[in-house]
Amino acid sequence: MQQKAEFDQRVQEALNNPQLRSNFRIAMDGLMEKRSNAFPDKSFMEELRVLGSKIRANALAKQPELLEQLEANCTRNGIQVHWAETIEQANRIVLEIMERHNATRMIKGKSMVSEEMEMNHFLEAQGKSCIESDLGEYIIQLDHETPSHIIAPAIHKSKQEIAKLFKAKHPDIPYSEDIETMTRSARQVLRSKFYEAEIGLSGVNFAVAETGTLCLVENEGNGRMCTTVPPVHIAVTGIEKVLEKLSDVPPLLKLLTRSASGQHISTYFNMISSPRKPGERDGPKEVHLVLLDNQRSKIYEDDELFDSLRCIRCGACMNHCPVYTRIGGHAYGSLIPGPIGSCIEPQKFGLDKFGVLPTASTLCGACGEVCPVKIPLPKLLHRLRYEQVRDDHTGATNGQGSQRSGKEAMIWKLWSWAHANPAVYRSGTRLASLFRGAIPNKIGPWTRVRTAPKIAPKSLHQLAREEGFDHE
Amino acid sequence: MSKARDNILARLRARNAEKPPVDLDRGFNSPDWNRQQRIELFCKAMRSVRTEVHRVTAADWPEQLAKLVKEKQLKNLLYAPAGPLAEKIESAWRAGEELPELVTREVDVDGWKEELFFDIDAAITSTRSAIAEVGAMILWPTPEEPRTFSLVPPVHIAVVEADKLHNTFADAIANENWQDGMPTNALLISGPSKSADIEQTLAYGVHGPVELIVLLIE
Amino acid sequence: MSLIQHYPDRPEKVYFFGTCLIDLLYPQAGLAGMRLIQREGVQVIFPQDQTCCGQPAWNSGYRNETRAVVLNQIRCFPKDYPIVVPSGSCAGMMRHHYPEVFKGKPEEALVNEFSQRVFELTEFLVHVLKIELKDLGEPVKVALHTACSARREMGVADEHEALLRQLGNVQLVEQARKAECCGFGGTFAVKHPDISAAMVADKAQAISDTGADQLVSGDCGCLMNITGHMEHQGIGPRNHHIKGQHIASFLWERTHATKS
Repeated sequence: MQQKAEFDQRVQEALNNPQLRSNFRIAMDGLMEKRSNAFPDKSFMEELRVLGSKIRANALAKQPELLEQLEANCTRNGIQVHWAETIEQANRIVLEIMERHNATRMIKGKSMVSEEMEMNHFLEAQGKSCIESDLGEYIIQLDHETPSHIIAPAIHKSKQEIAKLFKAKHPDIPYSEDIETMTRSARQVLRSKFYEAEIGLSGVNFAVAETGTLCLVENEGNGRMCTTVPPVHIAVTGIEKVLEKLSDVPPLLKLLTRSASGQHISTYFNMISSPRKPGERDGPKEVHLVLLDNQRSKIYEDDELFDSLRCIRCGACMNHCPVYTRIGGHAYGSLIPGPIGSCIEPQKFGLDKFGVLPTASTLCGACGEVCPVKIPLPKLLHRLRYEQVRDDHTGATNGQGSQRSGKEAMIWKLWSWAHANPAVYRSGTRLASLFRGAIPNKIGPWTRVRTAPKIAPKSLHQLAREEGFDHE
Repeated sequence: MSKARDNILARLRARNAEKPPVDLDRGFNSPDWNRQQRIELFCKAMRSVRTEVHRVTAADWPEQLAKLVKEKQLKNLLYAPAGPLAEKIESAWRAGEELPELVTREVDVDGWKEELFFDIDAAITSTRSAIAEVGAMILWPTPEEPRTFSLVPPVHIAVVEADKLHNTFADAIANENWQDGMPTNALLISGPSKSADIEQTLAYGVHGPVELIVLLIE
Repeated sequence: MSLIQHYPDRPEKVYFFGTCLIDLLYPQAGLAGMRLIQREGVQVIFPQDQTCCGQPAWNSGYRNETRAVVLNQIRCFPKDYPIVVPSGSCAGMMRHHYPEVFKGKPEEALVNEFSQRVFELTEFLVHVLKIELKDLGEPVKVALHTACSARREMGVADEHEALLRQLGNVQLVEQARKAECCGFGGTFAVKHPDISAAMVADKAQAISDTGADQLVSGDCGCLMNITGHMEHQGIGPRNHHIKGQHIASFLWERTHATKS
């Protein structure tokens, strides 16, 4: 149970950090309000969510064919397609492209898949420089941190903390806590990085099989910079991002930006279908697409858990999660935090490693209610709770049964016996009522912040009998 | 890495055999908006994200442009001499006085990247069409008007024709048959570059243009 | 729930499933629920063999252990009467999760038939009995906490409110972030006590900030959590913790003429 102890430790630290608590509370309140305002018409939203979920489900159902179609169309368009089963293979592919170009400087747009690959770490060990250019990612890279939110990576930091960080890393830039000023300083610093980089890296929001098109959603323009200015563009994506048709894009884009940040559309929607063509005066001369599996095809095997692959990474589930809001992203200890992370990460890396995550939810349902593609998140978390304690060794989930303890299993067996046998149950409640004075008023962590529950002198069974409700 | 490809596809196929197809009805309804409604929606949406929209006519836009760039005290303006706007811009500049220097580089951007990054104040481009519902312009950059024009200089000026406003993005794709052939790069642009990465507070002008100015020809 | 629930006509008889929490800790709430239904001229039957809906084991991943308990409940309610449950959480388990518990099992059809007969108390009062309440109580300011399962699984948040709004002397006040979970979550409160504590502290504060005299909830799990915290911390006006009551007890007390 080491993972539980480590998780609890991180939770403690987060809960005891008032600055962090306040940063998340304010940010999540804001994001929830923005989303709500972006969907004034609830029936319109519902229709769109149904369509979005079907578009994603359709793409997943046809995934192998669509991946082949995507590959064929990209190749025809001049985009070089690479396949990687593991993050090691994916990193190796990126490195080989860089080495072929004698490149040492990479500028990166926001990509959760590159975080998943720990690409910066890998390439830096090979003597390459990787600069994050998304403002949030840039901030956390300066502080050697990981993202605490999938669309707002530096959301755990206050502007004062960021101002101090900027001052420490760029002593020549005057100290300022003004957000616009800090944003402009990042612009200044990064401009030359875009200019110098030999390789631009990006993620992919949607990959359209029909036309061989890579779509990128962004507000800052760094994504466009990374995919336009350097001579080589490498896009990395999970295999589940493929869509069947171009006409599948508008509904999902609508859902994505509204759910994520309440925007009706992002500042930029960038659709890339080929490298620079003869006669064109800019754009990368080479475009590479790396398709990463890394356990996704394993998640794909399960009829129910497979729904988690529909995710379009909007972050709405974490914005609305009361647990995430309290503990923040880092406490999860996984790359993707919040409800969707608690679904995906244990499946990818094993319940033995991340089994605690599915339990870190009250199953309140707020996540499932807002998911733009209707992933039944509480149901999937629930399913993983089952997977981690089942002992029949028949499922495919990584680390199945790893959280089963003999003691806990025995408690539930006893509990089940008592509640499946009315006579046992009634004797139990009778005893509890009789000896209710003997119930301690301190019961574990419950009474650290609450009074102990008080057992009534007469059970409802007894009262019902007394009032004649017990028979027809 | 074809082994990786085969393994991945084989794993997916092993599973896919039992997966029933999804009943997906892509049929969509386009809103019932007239030209005037499209114009109003477009302007409202674009202005809501701090885009400067000027409603102009086919005859007076070059004049308006000249006035605007003068007011903004731009040092120079990058334009495409072989592009669709060139003739009118050039004649307005011939007629005007104390206007920013018109800049043009009809070679690959690689050859004058430094100048583009550090010396150009503003660029002007045409647009392919636009989307009323969300307030976005559609650009399919061309050899004459490359991608970096709308990206690197701090000010981007775009000319949008009201006649080319689609109701929605889905309409644009369907009406223009995008699935029959996509360009190297297709773009939707809805405002100046921005970020909310610090305390969820919007700050404009991160990596792309700090200002977006739209001349909407009605 | 996006599906529209179809409600039966007013029956002659109903079953009442009291829930284990009410049985042991809040029996008056169960009694009040039964009396409210009985007062409307419907006979209420409380089978004595009922125990617990099985949710604690289900949410902990112990599916086999859940099945044995579920089958006991199903045996208790053999006739085709509606089964009324004074808890969104237990009703949600019985209506929406029982079919999952037995999916692909021989008992599946039996369980599905059972689940369709399950109603949460407030929806039953509003939609089936079309109850009309007359408030006999003193003016009072009330905050309502609707359990997440009642709100999202059973979709009965409006029904809770509608019943309280029938009471003329009750002023319903709204706490900040009213749809946010109180942090109970059954075994969650035991497995992750610190996160649960942080959540309930915020919930209690938000309720207290409304200046409510009283807290009402349709679920005793939430009630035990929130009022337990308020009592422990002395949260409430003038350092008196706010009184918490199950909605059934509250409705019964305010509409029942005490014999004097």
